[in-house]
Amino acid sequence: MSSLYDEVAPNPGADTPVRRVTIEVNGEKRTVDVEPRLLLVHLLRQGLALTGTHSGCDTSNCGACTVLFDGSPLKSCTMFAVQADGHKVETVEGMGTASGLHPVQEGFKEEHGLQCGFCTPGMMLASKALLERNPDPTEDDIRWALSGNLCRCTGYQNIVKSVLWAAEKMRNDQPQEA
Amino acid sequence: MYPPKFAYEAPKTLNEAIALLDAGGGEAKILAGGQSLIPMVKLRFASPEMLIDINNIPGLDYMTIDPDGTLRIGALVRHEDLERSTTLAATHPTLAAAASLVADPIIRTRGTFVGSLCHADPQGDWSATMIALGGRIVVQGPKGKREIDLRNFVVGPFTNALAYNEIAIEAVIPPAKGTPRGSYLKLERRVGDFATASVAVALDMNGATVGRAGCALAGVGGRTIDANDAISVLVGKTLTPENIEAAADAVAAAADPRTDHRGSSDYKRHIVKTFVTRILTNIAHSEQKAA
Repeated sequence: MSSLYDEVAPNPGADTPVRRVTIEVNGEKRTVDVEPRLLLVHLLRQGLALTGTHSGCDTSNCGACTVLFDGSPLKSCTMFAVQADGHKVETVEGMGTASGLHPVQEGFKEEHGLQCGFCTPGMMLASKALLERNPDPTEDDIRWALSGNLCRCTGYQNIVKSVLWAAEKMRNDQPQEA
Repeated sequence: MYPPKFAYEAPKTLNEAIALLDAGGGEAKILAGGQSLIPMVKLRFASPEMLIDINNIPGLDYMTIDPDGTLRIGALVRHEDLERSTTLAATHPTLAAAASLVADPIIRTRGTFVGSLCHADPQGDWSATMIALGGRIVVQGPKGKREIDLRNFVVGPFTNALAYNEIAIEAVIPPAKGTPRGSYLKLERRVGDFATASVAVALDMNGATVGRAGCALAGVGGRTIDANDAISVLVGKTLTPENIEAAADAVAAAADPRTDHRGSSDYKRHIVKTFVTRILTNIAHSEQKAA
């Protein structure tokens, strides 16, 4: 049993080009040695033990591996970890805590936006990015923004409701300008 | 899935990148958005010995319009940059229509316009729009720059005209000679799928008369189909239903679709005719409203 991450550390073969990179993951700078072919999703899951990011189709279709890269949604199966050097990555672990959920997480809880939960981290991060850009999205805006994330359980209806719930909560939480 | 081992370089200047490509002797590839290249290397359809990541080279993410109306799109402009532009719909309606149909919203945050042209996928959206607009691509190698007409740049499926030591640095869209009109319609089975058939139309209108007419098709041939000659039957004419039908028939005849899991050859040709008719009819209606 080995992963690509384990293979390159601590003693990579002489022909393995290892690079040292520093990535800000959920606000914390992490410095790691990676082989260039290591995918970001594998660094997150196996290297940094952040298993909230899921690896689904592995072909950039399903969006389960979505993280925020400098604030923009990114399919982490389709970027090499080495490319993230000097950048900020946010995973679902960075969204909130068990006692302090992010409004998007609360929305998924309140509106039953998940069943098996496999797509959920990617769905929530893509939703968070949408709401930061568009605090008052229509149902169509939400379906459009989440069209790169596949869910095989919910039929999407409750996911859309969850995001609408979160949008309203976040608008109400905003201090009103006088 | 992970690709075979490769060396990785992330140069800070274009000259460094070109020197690395040159030294690579054909075994090095440019990594821009990576949204096509990374899946290709993961599936081991491609196995370059070196990837040269150009994302750290400053000054390649511009989208500018020259005083004469020439649009220039740098190598690191993402699909999303075109989708979010608030001015593109007025100046380049064909590009604006395609921008939100490329892949899916997450891929669009990363994938690049120029990279997509280089990928030369017969089902690629941007290649079709660029051929319809008479676009060119600026490439730079050790001996300097040259410009290649998009029609000569896409030489076959997934094959472009770049020499091994050249980088595509900019897409150039010439100014419209008249009022720019056009659109891009794509039939896809689901978001993120490749085109079953798609049609790019770009017209330069002089009043109600068609000045220049451009058209290209994706998904209906072994490479992007250049239908500029076919749609040129419209030049000097107005968009009457008869003229529209003649143009749609001519464009549909230029398609070379194959029967596959996305549909039969006849079906795809029918879609092409329907889309050309729909785009031209919409333009005719908007011209009538404007008059």
